[in-house]
Amino acid sequence: MAEPTAALSGAVVRYHGRPALGPIDLSIAPGEIVALVGASGAGKSTILRLLAGLEPSSDGRVDRTTAPGRTGFVFQAATLMPWADARTNVALPLQLAGVSPSEARRRADEALAGVGLGDRLTARPRQLSGGMAMRVSLARALVTEPELLLLDEPFAALDSVTRRHLIEDLHRLWAARSPRPAIVFVTHDVEEAVYLAGRVLVLDAATGRIAAEHISPGALPRPGGWRMDNHYRSAVEDLAQALADAMTASPTQAA
Amino acid sequence: MTRPVPPLLLTALLLAAWEVACRTLHVPDYFLPPPSAVAVALIDRAQVLAASAAATFWMAMQALIVAALLGGGLALIVSLSRSAERAVRPLAVALQVTPVVAIAPLVLIWTGLDHADRAVVALAAAVAFFPLFSGVLTGLKAADPDLERLFDLYGATPVQRLIRLRLPAALPFMLEGLRVASGLAVIGAVVAEFVSGSGATQGLAWRLLEAGNRLRTADMLAALALLMVMGLALNALVGALERSVRRRTS
Repeated sequence: MAEPTAALSGAVVRYHGRPALGPIDLSIAPGEIVALVGASGAGKSTILRLLAGLEPSSDGRVDRTTAPGRTGFVFQAATLMPWADARTNVALPLQLAGVSPSEARRRADEALAGVGLGDRLTARPRQLSGGMAMRVSLARALVTEPELLLLDEPFAALDSVTRRHLIEDLHRLWAARSPRPAIVFVTHDVEEAVYLAGRVLVLDAATGRIAAEHISPGALPRPGGWRMDNHYRSAVEDLAQALADAMTASPTQAA
Repeated sequence: MTRPVPPLLLTALLLAAWEVACRTLHVPDYFLPPPSAVAVALIDRAQVLAASAAATFWMAMQALIVAALLGGGLALIVSLSRSAERAVRPLAVALQVTPVVAIAPLVLIWTGLDHADRAVVALAAAVAFFPLFSGVLTGLKAADPDLERLFDLYGATPVQRLIRLRLPAALPFMLEGLRVASGLAVIGAVVAEFVSGSGATQGLAWRLLEAGNRLRTADMLAALALLMVMGLALNALVGALERSVRRRTS
């Protein structure tokens, strides 16, 4: 078996001495898509920040085999620099890595074309819709050819149609890469989790641990009309039940 | 373009009421001259007043530049270290709450009585310092925390972070600080001129003092009107700069 792209071993996060998360054991294989679901405050975003190295673990180990700069992160908001156009925003990770301006620009244009914004290279963030801004954000995360892509409820603020389009796009972009990047995706939408991921982890807010692991049926990316499939529907039901169990186990969080 | 009409109309109405009141109530000229007399004074003394206005304006501008360099520079240094900020901020606040009038005699001693203009610049700079320091410092820390995380993720150097993230994010705050500071610099220059109490500066405040001592109230009001126009012009200038930057950066 290949070495995991990223792994947490007994990782614990404490704030002011009080345990907030863990211990968590989690291994992300190269090219797999993992969804993290759980109630608000369960520590989903903390796991992503641990994996990204943006936050230290108080205890346990965090391992990553990704090369420096080859981890992409997409936040809940598009998080673009409002003073810069789409191209400059997308080129940012390359420029920070010291890639020459012309090369950075070429690759940024390519990444933007990849998310369907090849005609909006010089648009400012305020000139873009919420969905477009999120695509720019996705292009920025992909421009460094990441081995690990971390997404923190990236589509939560979008309408359901735009959200579906973006999920299809994410699958398409993931499948088109060779090798495929590993993706860890935080969501509180059960259907989104089942559709997008091969493996779904349910986080329990009360204990700060992983309460259940579900394997989504079928291959990735999903064939057209898969949302009508019975396997999909029963998987969604099962996961919804698991999530409800994890949430009722923590009455203080349910309120 | 109907926006400037209401304030102009109100100003005209107030001036007319003032004129009528002075004439019908026979108010003595040394007490309150009518606007027409002020206008005459403005025209008669145009050359002297313009030179004085230029002197005051130039001193205020020098003060603004000094304050921007010192306040902005210090904020930049302090923004790099939390303990430096903790050390500097109380001192900056102390400078802000100390009345400029109170430190003026000291500054005059230090700059030398022969260099009242330097004292005026120093005092006006002291008044204009805080909004610039505070504006730049606040702005440098106002960048989106998630963007800061993104810069962490890609291993940005402190210089890259400053140039690509913090300075652009700080720009609107800097301009707001500049707008407040430009008004304060004029006020500081005038107050400092008053306190220095010498004709060496030849600014508008000196014209005010001079005219006041001779009970030439119309001349006083003419100087005052010029000061007001100067303040408004400065405010409009920085406001226009602010708007153009905002259009370009957001």
